[in-house]
Amino acid sequence: MTKDKTLIVNAIENGTVLDHIPSEYLFKVVDILNLASTSNQITIGSNLVSKSFGSKGIIKIADRYFEDQEINCIALVAPNATINIIKDYQVIEKRKISIPEEVVAVAKCANPLCITNHQVISTRFKTIVDNDKIYLLCHYCEKTTKILNLQPLN
Amino acid sequence: MPKSLISIHDFSKEEILHILDIASEMEKNKSQKILDGKVVACLFFEPSTRTRLSFETAANRLGARVIGFSDVGNTSISKGESFKDTIKMVSNYVDMIIMRHPLEGAARYATEVCDLPIVNAGDGANQHPSQTLLDLYTIRQTQGSLQNMTINMVGDLKYGRTVHSLLQAMSHFEPKFIFTAPYELQLPSEYQTFLTEKGIEYTETQSLTEYLDVCDILYMTRVQQERFNDPMEYEKVKDVYRLNAKMLTNVRKNMKILHPLPRINEIALDVDDTPYAYYFKQAENGMYVRMAIIAYLLGYN
Repeated sequence: MTKDKTLIVNAIENGTVLDHIPSEYLFKVVDILNLASTSNQITIGSNLVSKSFGSKGIIKIADRYFEDQEINCIALVAPNATINIIKDYQVIEKRKISIPEEVVAVAKCANPLCITNHQVISTRFKTIVDNDKIYLLCHYCEKTTKILNLQPLN
Repeated sequence: MPKSLISIHDFSKEEILHILDIASEMEKNKSQKILDGKVVACLFFEPSTRTRLSFETAANRLGARVIGFSDVGNTSISKGESFKDTIKMVSNYVDMIIMRHPLEGAARYATEVCDLPIVNAGDGANQHPSQTLLDLYTIRQTQGSLQNMTINMVGDLKYGRTVHSLLQAMSHFEPKFIFTAPYELQLPSEYQTFLTEKGIEYTETQSLTEYLDVCDILYMTRVQQERFNDPMEYEKVKDVYRLNAKMLTNVRKNMKILHPLPRINEIALDVDDTPYAYYFKQAENGMYVRMAIIAYLLGYN
């Protein structure tokens, strides 16, 4: 049985492993980090069994390390995700993430009449935490977007 | 970055009161050439004759010259020029930009692409802060103070940006609110939460007459057809409240009726001749408040 487990997701030599992502938000995380347009080797596992979590997603990105500011944005959808920094197959650092105060150039504003959806402008949001729910307040149109409506930038 | 007026939240209680004080100076002395030699741009990317004339007159009365356009038809924008380039180009010529734009957030963005004071004269359904300041000015003028007012807001409380900005600005002054709206147009929950957090008392009703006799300010609004996506929803609510002179027999003596104008059917013509009607004076006040805003942002204290 243990042999099967190791086969599901391969280990990486160097890079970053994002673990404990809720399965339903796995691809939001992919969007937020804009992984679709990177050339690094990426392994994505979804609906994996987790003892503490039920079902989880995992993303392994070879030869890529993230700035805190980038990685904190995934706290918007996966606040309990763990970030493991890998060198020579070893976890050399476990990073915690926290919800950033400001989110820049990550998501589209959900307001179709917002100027950022009509001109080439980098989006900027303030995060608002209300009863464990996170909202994004647009710096420009002053409307709030629910995290579930988060749309990736084109 | 120079001070701009984009959103009513950009101004503290002290600054708001300071601008109202300058506005009452302007009302006493309607032509002051304190901005002689300055040039102000009025860029109206969406037509609004009333607001534009009010701002242009205000600038002229201060001795400034005004350039600009009243719609985008004859400008480079119709050739595909970006908003950023238009603002950058105009900012080379003038000392201040007053702008109205159909897209929300346009004025905020303008502050980031040039180094001039920007006045937001309306960005879509978002903000129109000079309207809020003139409402405050008028409330203070009619009641002698802004403190402890009971304000009855009537009509479109869901989409009406004047309502949302005014209630946020009034929150500095311990008001009580009555919200009179049909079910479809009730105040959005984010504003109810805002009031609750600030400890401000409010009551909701669907009846125009229920709380008419207990308010100091009756703030009427038009149901704006352009804010509705669904024409059926508009037809259902467009004529829901019609105030007439007979309804005003038992109101407080100090009560005044305000309206951002234009009105359609929500205030009958016979109300105009009652001592409670104040909406035309309110529109006149807009000019003094805009004089104050322009002067203040260009360094006049």
